[in-house]
Amino acid sequence: MKTLYWQYILVMASVTYLIRVLPMTFIRKQLKNRVIRSFLYYVPYVTLAVMTFPAILSATASRWSALAALFIGVVLAFFGQDLMVVSLACCVTVYLAELFL
Amino acid sequence: MSDYLLISVFPCIMEWQKIQKDCKDMKPENKNAFKLGMKHGWPIGVGYFAVSFALGIAARNAGFSALQAGVMSALCSASAGQFAGITLASSGASFAEMALMELIVNARYLLMSCALTQKLDPKLSTGHRLLLSNYITDEIFGLSVTAPGTLNPFYSYGIISMASPGWIAGTVFGVIMGNILPSSVVSALSVGLYGMFLAIIIPPARKNPVIAILVPLSMAMSWFFTNLNNAGILIISEGNRIIILTVVISLLAAVFFPHKEEPSSASSAAEAGQEDKNKTAPESGAAK
Repeated sequence: MKTLYWQYILVMASVTYLIRVLPMTFIRKQLKNRVIRSFLYYVPYVTLAVMTFPAILSATASRWSALAALFIGVVLAFFGQDLMVVSLACCVTVYLAELFL
Repeated sequence: MSDYLLISVFPCIMEWQKIQKDCKDMKPENKNAFKLGMKHGWPIGVGYFAVSFALGIAARNAGFSALQAGVMSALCSASAGQFAGITLASSGASFAEMALMELIVNARYLLMSCALTQKLDPKLSTGHRLLLSNYITDEIFGLSVTAPGTLNPFYSYGIISMASPGWIAGTVFGVIMGNILPSSVVSALSVGLYGMFLAIIIPPARKNPVIAILVPLSMAMSWFFTNLNNAGILIISEGNRIIILTVVISLLAAVFFPHKEEPSSASSAAEAGQEDKNKTAPESGAAK
């Protein structure tokens, strides 16, 4: 079956825009509920973690190179390295690992 | 149908004409605000180019064309949301799944939108609000909401004029390079976006014990349910897995370990994008 890329983009764009535009045009109060605010605060971290693992393992040619990149990325990020440094280090790790695998 | 379209589009056109008129005889203070926005916005544009390049690689791997990826970036401007969308598109998800996924992944923009509307002149026209809304991202919101006093929308437009082209160009360039470069390099670049995600979710885990538990827990649960699916024990699509795990884990954490907010922060949700914000911190210092 052919993937319906344009239709997917339309759905993505519509929902994303509605989320942003509705409060800007209608709601003029701040959300006060602590649980809702906490939920919205945690969502990015949880969803990025869920999307990163185990998907990273099938992103490269070999799962071992991806595992090495994951390890390097976690260590560098933990020690406060910059976003670009972590990202490039992951890429270099995969490239080098796949040279030898 | 066409009548309905006309009725709904007509007011927008009127608003756009108003904006165009505003721009033509732009008041000096608006011009200055726009220039300041451009000055603060260019580091964001550079950062966006790099992130969206990685996004473009992912889009290309999922079969998107350069045009499709570029249009997607122009309309969405949301890294996690777009990546989730790309993932779902490549797994052949339903449109309902896609809509729900975007609703959840981008839910934090609802909070930012609520906060940003407080910064605006209550009389600011709907046209400006419609335009500003499309560019509520972690970084543009962060700068706009920390600007002193009432937000002049032209300050945000200045930021957007630098940031958005970077975001779109990076995505298009990512797809093109993904098609040209040898497969070994594409394979290496394919982890680039994951590396960025790690740089966003790991550092806050050092400061916040709840996130320190949430991040590895989320990864473990994601892995567990992927294996259940692969073994045929519990068939659950990739999109639904991300949606369900995100909602359940975030909700449980919010109920049992609500986040303690610093009273000064207008929206703590913006912290998720703090890497790019940190980079622009010296620049945005002037806006505070």
